[in-house]
Amino acid sequence: MAELRVVGQPVPREDAVDKVTGAARYTTDLALPGTLRAAILTSPHASARIVRIDTSAALAVPGVRAVLTGADLDIRLGLYLRDKRILARDVVRYQGEAVAAVAADTLDAAREACHLLRVEYQELPAVFDPRDARKPEAPLVHPDLATYDHMRGVFFPKAGTNIAHHQKVRKGDSAAALAASDVCLEVSFDNPPVQHVPMETHAAIAHALPGGRVEVWTSSQSPYTVRHLLALAFGMPHAAIRVHVPHVGGGFGGKAGLGLEPLAYVLSRACGGRPVEIAMTREEEFNTTPSRQGLYSTIRLGATRDGRLTALEAEYVWDAGAYADYGVNVGRAAAYSGAGPYALDHCSIDSYVVYTNKVYGTAYRGFGHLEVLWGVERAMDRMARALGLDPVEFRRRNLLREGATTITGEPFTNGHGKPIECLEAAAEAIGWGRRPSAPSAPHKVRGKGVAMLHKAPAMPTYTSCAAIVKLDEDGAADVLVSGVDYGQGTYTVLRQVAAEELGLPIDKVHITWECDTAMTPYDWQTVASRFAYMGGNAVIEACADCLCQLRAVAAGALGVPADGLVCRDGKVFPRQDPARGIAYKDLALGYTFPNGNSIGGPVIGHGRYIATGLTNLDPETGQGRPAQFWTYGAHAVEIEVDTETGEIEVLRIATALDAGKVLNPLLCRGQVVGGIVQGLGSAVLEGFRFDDKGRLLNPNFVDYKIPTAKDLPREIVPILLENPQPGGPYGARGVAEHPMISVPSAIGNALRDALGIEFESLPLSSERVLEKILVARAPRPDTP
Amino acid sequence: MNGRLETATVPAGMTLLEFLRGRLCLVGTKEGCGIGECGACTVLLDGKPVTACLVLAVEADGGAVDTIEGEARDGELSALQKAFIEAGAIQCGFCTPGMIMSARGLLRRIPNPTDDEIVEAMAGNLCRCTGYEAILEAVRVAAQAKAVPHAGQMVAGQSAGGSGSQGGRLSSPRVPGEGGGRG
Repeated sequence: MAELRVVGQPVPREDAVDKVTGAARYTTDLALPGTLRAAILTSPHASARIVRIDTSAALAVPGVRAVLTGADLDIRLGLYLRDKRILARDVVRYQGEAVAAVAADTLDAAREACHLLRVEYQELPAVFDPRDARKPEAPLVHPDLATYDHMRGVFFPKAGTNIAHHQKVRKGDSAAALAASDVCLEVSFDNPPVQHVPMETHAAIAHALPGGRVEVWTSSQSPYTVRHLLALAFGMPHAAIRVHVPHVGGGFGGKAGLGLEPLAYVLSRACGGRPVEIAMTREEEFNTTPSRQGLYSTIRLGATRDGRLTALEAEYVWDAGAYADYGVNVGRAAAYSGAGPYALDHCSIDSYVVYTNKVYGTAYRGFGHLEVLWGVERAMDRMARALGLDPVEFRRRNLLREGATTITGEPFTNGHGKPIECLEAAAEAIGWGRRPSAPSAPHKVRGKGVAMLHKAPAMPTYTSCAAIVKLDEDGAADVLVSGVDYGQGTYTVLRQVAAEELGLPIDKVHITWECDTAMTPYDWQTVASRFAYMGGNAVIEACADCLCQLRAVAAGALGVPADGLVCRDGKVFPRQDPARGIAYKDLALGYTFPNGNSIGGPVIGHGRYIATGLTNLDPETGQGRPAQFWTYGAHAVEIEVDTETGEIEVLRIATALDAGKVLNPLLCRGQVVGGIVQGLGSAVLEGFRFDDKGRLLNPNFVDYKIPTAKDLPREIVPILLENPQPGGPYGARGVAEHPMISVPSAIGNALRDALGIEFESLPLSSERVLEKILVARAPRPDTP
Repeated sequence: MNGRLETATVPAGMTLLEFLRGRLCLVGTKEGCGIGECGACTVLLDGKPVTACLVLAVEADGGAVDTIEGEARDGELSALQKAFIEAGAIQCGFCTPGMIMSARGLLRRIPNPTDDEIVEAMAGNLCRCTGYEAILEAVRVAAQAKAVPHAGQMVAGQSAGGSGSQGGRLSSPRVPGEGGGRG
């Protein structure tokens, strides 16, 4: 490969100037003339029948334009399983579910009207623990599950139960292999539901137009998915719906699907086509918009005495909450990844996605992998200890390597990257094998831990995307895509790719910042760490198309064959005669000869990419090819624990990822550091707490803490390996979600090392840690 | 308001945030929680960082308010803004205006802050993307660079900062803040 000029450089974000000056516009910064503001009323009950809603007082509030309830809207929505209403209809299934909405001239009027709505509820039996919800006597969250439309052949809701999906993986004979193992262990773990906490809450504006059309502006990761699901829900042609995505203030998966757009649209329709803006308050963001699912795991491991894993069995019970949303696909993806990056001949996994009467789950950075690997990577440490082996050495002996197959039967090759190198690099960076350094006070103790991670994009087998590259009059290039850069930095990377391919300096390549389904070309969704990979490939193809057009016109202009022409430094020239070059600017709109004759025309390149070689998984065995690529990595941490307070301080965390190729080291480091700190939130701070009526107790930043600048690890060591990915742009893989995955596992393993105490539940909050320390220290009653 | 006199009659219950965004169209200041917990709406009131969602507009009567739109001057980014860009301290950008205003408040009060003072001053501003490391680095760099007046990168167009920044001259003397965190 020729030496790279732009790809691999630490190019700062092009949008940064707009973001540091306040010029960047997010959804609620857009002011369409005549826009009304909307507010919602949410259910105080987790499970109740809506007997009646009296809207008369609300309608009488000056400035109120429309009041809608579920009774007005007989529409079902859903990504994979159509189980949800725009507003609760007949029954509410979680505390925080929207039951009515008001659009008014001002937000104050809309809120006042919501306060004046009188809703009569009749409480119904509820179920909050997914393990209870699986029992035959459990109340059904969706008694009509059998009648719901769903993606057949991929998801398997069980009628007459609360099971929205059951994913199986079967390889070899795990029962026999466990029975024959020298050492077996069974361990259980759990994770609470958590919130994404994007700094910008969900927001949408809809403008219902004459002729059954609608224009939408939304804080979304997926403009085309929003359009498609709106089209399905309302029976509209796709062209009747135009979705704009301006700047988005974070998403992390929480804005991947359909959010407030349908509600904004029906309100706009009800107001005679006035634009309606709706934005979640922070409390509603916690209570009403979806979260990350909770998980209960039970894992059985077998190994030989010399440290070879023989089998893994796992049961994963996901707390889907009231609606399936992405949760069913999380349960699917985390099953086919559910044994960690290990070579296993015998494996059996059952992953159940179970409805409960709680706020529903959705995609969240890591897509189930942080949750299952909290169990798997803690179990691996226990097995290492049971065998008397060093946890790094035990993993080294069992990690996937050339010649092994994954648990779905995919051959592992060197093109997958090198998990063993990741483990060794991370371990070395924290001085693994040496005793932890001396603690900073007598009541503090230190420990070290490692954990592996892996993840592939969880996406349909036919996932595709497109890119358009057009040349300007001055020879600069514009890139148009519909993947969204909501902070992760992909647009800068795509500019670098285009600059590299077109032979232009980076400041002559721009990317259009607003996605618009009427203007920017198709992309499935901006999720799953697949945009740099798929969008990068689409941009490469679009640039090749541009270069082909440029060479064809230049060939006509110069009177030479096109195949002898080179495009570099913004010029097209014959390979043998660089001085006879024509600048891109003289070709971008067509070439004009001295006599005025012209040839060519505007240069606009088109590129596309579609997932290749993926298969649906066998419903009984889970065997198949689910992954376009895998990204592997490892964390190693050293922590200090205050035994008087239970507080954990991360002294050092080393995170090694096999990125294939680092396209932009500045932004890649940003993903790694940001992911680690977000993972730290899941590890030690975050988790929903509910009372016995299913009411969320911590829907705000006082009671639900996320990491602040005071919570940073003392030292963060990102390590990026570059074992290239065949088919990846310049050999790159996705790395955006991965830094977060397994941070809790590594800290949990270090905590065991420091204290000699096992922790099974997240978060590892100071009160939970202290409680276990006190129990361990309490004098034991005499036992015979 | 960013060095300009603004005259308005407002309802007594209107917050400074609503006034900035709704009346003056200074939408660079963001609402992240509405109850003073996240710092996204941080502006300077008489030189001191405050969360604009917890301050009534009438409380700013006669005072000096600085928002993100007034940070770049004469079309040039401040050292703080440049440091944020170069350190990679920005991802989604929603917390960025509040972060920069908190940092501005700190540097007004303590031109050469220690690392602990930087962390203390920034700890009231939540960011979910960056992991803070690059933000703290940007503040450090800006503190060291502050002697160098606005040089380098141009803002596209004088009006890029919105109505409040036009011909922006920071006026009245600053009252040093008392706390490093948010007001």
